[in-house]
Amino acid sequence: MINLTINGKAVALDADPEMPLLWALREDLQLTGTKFGCGMALCGACTVHLDGQAVRACSTPLSAAAGKKVTTIEGIGASKTGSAVQAAWVKIDVPQCGYCQSGQIMSACALLASKKAPSDADIDSAMSGNICRCGTYGQIREAIHVAAAALTTKQKAA
Amino acid sequence: MDSLQTTRRNFLKTSAGSALLIGFALPLSLKRAQAQTNTFAPNAWLRITPDNRITVISGSAEMGQGVLTALPMLVAEELDADWKLVSVEQAPADTAYNNPMFGMQATGGSTTIRAFWTPLREAGAAAREMLVAAAAAQWHLPAAQLRTERSQVIAPDGRKLSYGSLVAAASQLALPAKPVLKAPKDFKILGKPTRRLDTPAKVNGSALFGIDAHIDGMLVAVMARAPSPQAKLKSMDEAAAKAIKGVQKIIAIPNGVAVLADGFWAAKKGRDALAVQWDLGTALLSSTKVTTLLTEAATQAAGSSGAIAFQQGEAVATDAAQRLSASYEVPYLAHACMEPMNCLAWVQGDNVTIWAGTQSQGPAQGILSQVAQVTPAKVKVNTMLLGGGFGRRFAPDFTIDATLLSKLSGSPVKLIYTREDDMAAGYYRPAALVQFNAALDAKGQATLLSANVAAPSIMAGSGFMALPASGVDAMAVEGLADHPYDIPNQRIAYGRAEPGPQVWFWRSVGSSQNTFFIESFIDEMAHAAKADPLQFRLAMLSKKPRHRAVLVAAAAKAGWGKPLPAGVKRGIAVAESFGSYVAQVAEVSVAKDGKLRVHRVTAAVDCGMTVNPLTIARQIEGAICFGLSAALYGKVSYKDGRVEQGNFHDYPVVRMSEMPKVEVHILPSMEAPGGIGEPGTPPIAPAVTNAIFAATGVRLRSLPIDSGALARA
Repeated sequence: MINLTINGKAVALDADPEMPLLWALREDLQLTGTKFGCGMALCGACTVHLDGQAVRACSTPLSAAAGKKVTTIEGIGASKTGSAVQAAWVKIDVPQCGYCQSGQIMSACALLASKKAPSDADIDSAMSGNICRCGTYGQIREAIHVAAAALTTKQKAA
Repeated sequence: MDSLQTTRRNFLKTSAGSALLIGFALPLSLKRAQAQTNTFAPNAWLRITPDNRITVISGSAEMGQGVLTALPMLVAEELDADWKLVSVEQAPADTAYNNPMFGMQATGGSTTIRAFWTPLREAGAAAREMLVAAAAAQWHLPAAQLRTERSQVIAPDGRKLSYGSLVAAASQLALPAKPVLKAPKDFKILGKPTRRLDTPAKVNGSALFGIDAHIDGMLVAVMARAPSPQAKLKSMDEAAAKAIKGVQKIIAIPNGVAVLADGFWAAKKGRDALAVQWDLGTALLSSTKVTTLLTEAATQAAGSSGAIAFQQGEAVATDAAQRLSASYEVPYLAHACMEPMNCLAWVQGDNVTIWAGTQSQGPAQGILSQVAQVTPAKVKVNTMLLGGGFGRRFAPDFTIDATLLSKLSGSPVKLIYTREDDMAAGYYRPAALVQFNAALDAKGQATLLSANVAAPSIMAGSGFMALPASGVDAMAVEGLADHPYDIPNQRIAYGRAEPGPQVWFWRSVGSSQNTFFIESFIDEMAHAAKADPLQFRLAMLSKKPRHRAVLVAAAAKAGWGKPLPAGVKRGIAVAESFGSYVAQVAEVSVAKDGKLRVHRVTAAVDCGMTVNPLTIARQIEGAICFGLSAALYGKVSYKDGRVEQGNFHDYPVVRMSEMPKVEVHILPSMEAPGGIGEPGTPPIAPAVTNAIFAATGVRLRSLPIDSGALARA
């Protein structure tokens, strides 16, 4: 048994410890918001948070997640950053096909957790591991700025 | 030159099987819904329930191009619906949803808006007239005195009835024969920037794509795919695969050997353990061989037996002050959709059900009925969201193989391609080559253009079209044979080469390479004439006002002719494709080491009357990104009979850090709507390479861009 916490819930999985976390999420737990794109950590579609850090679930063995906290697109909205980023994505109407967007949002949340007001260069460097074939990069950039502004305003208000 | 396009459209219409009129026939599922519930479903396209909800049913697939928002907008406009009460769902495969431009239920060719602009507005208008008639009967007032607004019928004295309250009465009325449509000046929804209906589900992980489909007890299949259609299985280690925990079955089918397991990981481990060896035969394809075959075909096209796509005047110019000739070439391209191909299929007795992100629900029904040997009516297609399509998901390979595997295993089977399987599976944009000749007179005006273009035939290889008797594949010459420039003497000929790989539709199809060819060569002619590339084009477009207008607009918005930062230069290109006109100005710089940077792209588009300007701008921007990926990196190459690329490290695509700033200007137009999914792609490659020429003096005549050549410049 491998024990881990997923979106705040304790989970015990009887699975191959070498199996990438991606397939445990998608198949064993039916959390299908995390996507398979390349299997080699090249496209970012499978990005999730492991103890708050963005990782590629397609190349993270399940054993590496044992005892850790995993957050997926289904759970990220529970955090202030996650809900602000999702709201910004809706406001800017970012997605086209939408397949890469879970990973984009997870990478954006990790960026905003470490940089409150990222520059375009910060965004380029944090987001260039996430491919979008529909070409929504301009809207992703805009949405990250919108989310950053919303989070800063909220903090000031509080 | 419109005849070429007309030919293609007619061909699609007539060749694709019985072209049913887009109908108001109710599909069985809706007849049942109407019989069982208190629902107003006057036609195949919408449903209104007593809670005032309006559901629009889309027969088209959503691959990012926005149809799940655009089609409801068409219905809602004429229905005078409250947009906040409108939702959308995906139709089953049913002839009621046939695309009238195809004569089958399919999504592609940037046709959806063009095909459904009138039928879906009529569907909304018919429903509105019935709701008004129901209210008129209730109030004992003439229908002509009533108006509608935000899902309500309103009487002259201000009394209101919601659409929901009229559901039962309206359901009893006859469908109007010829519903009256609004004048475009009265549009309240069409032409207004509108957020997508599918966005919320796409930002919280709940949106369901084909790969997310699930049935308890299903097996997941990963295949060792045959590297070519001619490949024969030489050996495999079935015992090693079976020893993997979770592997259930190993099944050989024509396209390869599948390992079926409890989940993807076991299936993939099993597939890798199979260690399949293939006999590829003796004639092993290489990219050098592809070029040789294309060159031979172009030479043949130049001869008297060449298949003529367009001809006027004389083939030889007598008064040439300057002559130009050049050859251009592009490689095969993969679509590399973010979601690798996949399909869940379940064959139970003589019932077949699939869950798939497919662009071709109608053809899938027919093809899978043959695969499973059942009648087409027994094939149920659940259209899931598509994680990118770009033409690739028009192909039947993944639905066929999943259906075969379910039939042979007796289980529901979800077939998933790995990225490497997807990359090597064929269905590529054709490799193509063109040999150009041109003549300019003493005033620098073009007097002759000849082009011998060589490419494999998509029509011949498609399985549902055929190469016409003329020998000209319309898709191999589109964008070139119908180029807009007024040049008195022309000969455009096609030579067919078939190196072997399965070719297919790739976002903007023939225009994806032919616009690069013609817009580069026109640029060469402009420079030879010592003319400004914009003015040189405009001078030959006096009969093409829509091309002119987008060129002038893009140039003006980009500041054509105005100073730029040191090292930054502009290039321009224009094309009509799928009924829409797009011009683009690219601003680029090239560093000493050859590193290219595309800073900004300014696009102007005339796509006729608009449905959703927000979608139009995003489609143009996205199409620029897609075309730029191909221009910078895109190449599927062959060595020793195998594809050399496998994943995003050796088939790179544009990432965030390389994305130029894109500005899209939509020109106001009252023309009929044009397509929008594809027309943004063709101009970007030549706009960029023309800018590179302006910056470096290097004329790039092949793609992807060779940054080594730029470093040496």
